Amino acid sequence: MSTYSLEHVKFLKKIKLRKYLIYITQLSIIVFLFLIWELLARLNIINTFLFSSPSSIISTLKVLISANNLVGHILVTLYEILISCLLSFGLGFIIATILWSNDFLAKVFDPYLTILNSLPKVALGPLIIIWVGASTNSIIVMSLMISLFITIINLYTFFSNTNQSYITLLKSMKATKKDIYTKVILQANIKNIINTIKVNVSMNLIGVIMGELLVSKAGLGYLIMYGSQVFNINLVITSVVILAVISSILYYIINYFEKKYEEK
Amino acid sequence: MQDNILAIKNLKKIYHDKSGETLAIDDLSIDIKDKEIVAFVGPSGCGKSTLLGILAGLEEKSDGQVIFNGRKKLGYMLQTDSLMPWRTILENALIGLEISKTKTKENIDKVNKMLDKYGLHDFKDKYPRNLSGGMRQRVALIRTLATNPNILLLDEPYSALDYQTRLALSNDLYKIIKEEGKTVLIITHDIAEAISMADRIVVLSKRPCKIKKIYDVNLTNKGLPIDNRKAPEFSIYYDKIWRDLDVHL
Repeated sequence: MSTYSLEHVKFLKKIKLRKYLIYITQLSIIVFLFLIWELLARLNIINTFLFSSPSSIISTLKVLISANNLVGHILVTLYEILISCLLSFGLGFIIATILWSNDFLAKVFDPYLTILNSLPKVALGPLIIIWVGASTNSIIVMSLMISLFITIINLYTFFSNTNQSYITLLKSMKATKKDIYTKVILQANIKNIINTIKVNVSMNLIGVIMGELLVSKAGLGYLIMYGSQVFNINLVITSVVILAVISSILYYIINYFEKKYEEK
Repeated sequence: MQDNILAIKNLKKIYHDKSGETLAIDDLSIDIKDKEIVAFVGPSGCGKSTLLGILAGLEEKSDGQVIFNGRKKLGYMLQTDSLMPWRTILENALIGLEISKTKTKENIDKVNKMLDKYGLHDFKDKYPRNLSGGMRQRVALIRTLATNPNILLLDEPYSALDYQTRLALSNDLYKIIKEEGKTVLIITHDIAEAISMADRIVVLSKRPCKIKKIYDVNLTNKGLPIDNRKAPEFSIYYDKIWRDLDVHL
């Protein structure tokens, strides 16, 4: 390390400093916003009955944990997200693979996928409840509806846009379609697949909450729905804050794996 | 003729699309001798690559015959090195063996030896991004040779490289081909490269691609490509081929 020139050491320091500065600024913004919020609430400039306040969020959290099984609600939502992610990503992967391997099918289903993807899925909510029943299954079907088609479209697009020269090379070696799939398509698209997982997770988060808002007996979406019905804004906002924390944790988990892969 | 390794007879290729059909190759016939280096030069877009594509089995021909005498094992090298960034140099060089399911210890040893011999020993476990353009092309050549083909199809193999690197690599390529005793069909738009490397030069016409002329290259003191450029006949061939190509801007 000591072989670096003084200029380089300075340069490294500057990069590090900048990184910390970004972190500190990011943190200050959120702290600042919460402080202002709390201040406005304490000074009675905003109505805490409508807008809640950070301190009431904290006290709501305490009550939720001790009396209302908050952890249980979070686990229910997480479980639903996990199941829908696995299902939609698995199904999406299989369908995208089939479409990639069969150009005819891809062309045939292209307009259907586009329509299904752009259809506002909330409109299907009542139908799903009637057909699937008012249960967790409805929530997962709702989530699938929202996340599956975009996953298929994304993966298929990535698969079919893979650098053609690798494929030509393998074809000249008389490779089978399976060889091309496992040795080129999958390998060349690992980064894209990770990105698709990112989109998939956030879509399923939306889908699960949407489903819970429509029909549920537990989960964060249920808490939001229940809170709004009894006009308990503290409960609604607290649940939204928890959701924000969960979604960012999920994001950072995937990011961690992405970084791990890049280091390889 | 017994020593012909490959005979192309009345080859024809038509491309079809909605707006009509294009005759890419028309009535092309040529015999290729064993261990011969034949260069195809022609104006860009004349269908040279199509010819190799058909020989490599990547494209269907419309009419005519392609007859291989004896062992038919082709090695096809593209314009870009097409090294896969997620594979190490050794893994890249071994991909042909993986595809043909002949990744035996013996064959792996052979590839390792080639990498050592051609100056890539220290780079086996590196990734393509760590190598210069010239080294990457050398890996691409070893990858092509790994499956032990007897006919090499080279489609403007060095067109993406700078001039100095090309000269050096042409020399390398020539040495390797001669050592390994391969028959080579090489496509190039570089007349000098063709004269310095090839035993025969086939000049192709504009679309549809036909044989305009075939030259047997006879140079005094024929040796390595870089030395062949100094031969007195070099400029004469160059001039003739240049006229044949009839380049207009």
